[in-house]
Amino acid sequence: MFLEINPLVLPDIGLVFWNTVAFIGLLVVLGKFAWKPMLKAISDREKGIEDSLAKADKMKADLTAMQNENETLLAKAREERATLIKEAKEASEKMIAEAKDKAKSEYERIVADAQVAINQQKNAALTEVKNQVGSLVVEVAEKVLRRELTNKAEQETYIKQLADGVKLN
Amino acid sequence: MALYRLKPLLVVSFVSIFLLNTISLFANEKPAASKEEGSFNVTETILEHIKDDHSWHLWGHTTIALPVILYSPQGFEVFSSAKLVDEHHEPVVYKGKSDYKLVEGKTKIVNAAGEVDVEASKKLWDFSITKNVASLFISVIILLLVVLTAAGAYKKTGITTAPKGLQSFMEPIVLFVRDEIALPNIGAKRYAKYMPFLLTIFFLILTNNFLGLIPLFPGGANVSGNIAFTMTLAVCVFIVVNLSSNKNYWEHIFWMPGMHWSMKLFLAPIELIGVFNKPISLMIRLFANITAGHILVLSLVCLIFIFKTVYAAAVAVPFVIFIFLIELLVAFLQAYIFTMLTAMYIGMASEEAHHDHHEHAANELAHH
Repeated sequence: MFLEINPLVLPDIGLVFWNTVAFIGLLVVLGKFAWKPMLKAISDREKGIEDSLAKADKMKADLTAMQNENETLLAKAREERATLIKEAKEASEKMIAEAKDKAKSEYERIVADAQVAINQQKNAALTEVKNQVGSLVVEVAEKVLRRELTNKAEQETYIKQLADGVKLN
Repeated sequence: MALYRLKPLLVVSFVSIFLLNTISLFANEKPAASKEEGSFNVTETILEHIKDDHSWHLWGHTTIALPVILYSPQGFEVFSSAKLVDEHHEPVVYKGKSDYKLVEGKTKIVNAAGEVDVEASKKLWDFSITKNVASLFISVIILLLVVLTAAGAYKKTGITTAPKGLQSFMEPIVLFVRDEIALPNIGAKRYAKYMPFLLTIFFLILTNNFLGLIPLFPGGANVSGNIAFTMTLAVCVFIVVNLSSNKNYWEHIFWMPGMHWSMKLFLAPIELIGVFNKPISLMIRLFANITAGHILVLSLVCLIFIFKTVYAAAVAVPFVIFIFLIELLVAFLQAYIFTMLTAMYIGMASEEAHHDHHEHAANELAHH
């Protein structure tokens, strides 16, 4: 037979036996003490890396969300500030305008009052002048009347003297 | 891959050329050659290097004697292989429980006249620690040291640090076996159970392939190119594949679903042959590839002795180096292929049925 002719393809029972022993021994020892712990460690590490990456991604997303929130808050604050400033400005403008109006009306009132007072005083002064002129005229007329009787020339000088004496203040 | 396909062809052509040449050379020079010390026979020299041996030849006349362990109806017997040869390394008769003599490297029982007793030899079981067995043990020791050291590193440094030293050498290979061999062929659900088996097969073949390429002790034996070694592994694969087989697998073998009954009858024997064919192909592939590589290298070295001129080395040595480099690739490739096919067979045997949907759909269509 072919197996008998070619020694290369004729398996020796010795090597078959020892190889079976060696292979099974190796399988048991390495399987228990090497391959299983090794594969477990590798898969544990892979899982760890995966988890870390997932965690990092989640943290990144959280951070972005937080940043977005901050930005929204900031924008809102800015808007609020702008409105506040605007309102304040408006209020101040309004107040100034009101004050101006009030000042103007007050001024006008004061001026009016002053005019009224001036007019009153003027009238009073005029009345007084009138009265004084009246009394002076009466007085002068009295004196003229008294002097008229004596001298015509003298009378005229006297009138002139009197007239000089009257000074309308 | 092209080179790897080409290799068997190269081997055949080389060997045939050498055989033809040596026959004609020795035919012409027989009278002269016989006078010279030790006429040179290429086939014998190469076979001697490839075959198993009871002693381990180191260099020149230095040889390590290995223990011979025999079992016969008379019981076990252990003695040194040095007792089977004389000082010129020629076989002599050793008188133990029977008379033993090495015939073409195998231990046989001889009768008083020195002739082989065929009947008695058939009952003789040779469990000797031969060169291949010794080499196998060395590879087992190397594997144990390397793999256990690498595995221990995980305990020492934990899983959070990057692998260092031996660990960083082993881890990519282990990951390769897991991600390229086990996962795609067996599937994520069941692959973990087979990982120790696949890893052990892969590393045992790889270590022996590499050890076989080292020309000096502790290498030099042709373990993975020995049919007994590949047969043992193939039988282990056969057992594991059949243990992991399910109903679906056997249904596909004996009664292929979705076929006409005549086709089913026709396919059954073919598929049944395939069950045995698969491990046998594993056995022959590894054996043939590794042996072919050894023959190729030895043939090229023998060129120098055939032409009997040192100048032949100018051609032979570069070729040997070239083939050696290819053999390094083949050493890895064959370990990979053996493991990959093993994983594939396991995957095929344990695959769950997924034709059911189609069949149900087809039946429903038929009813309408």
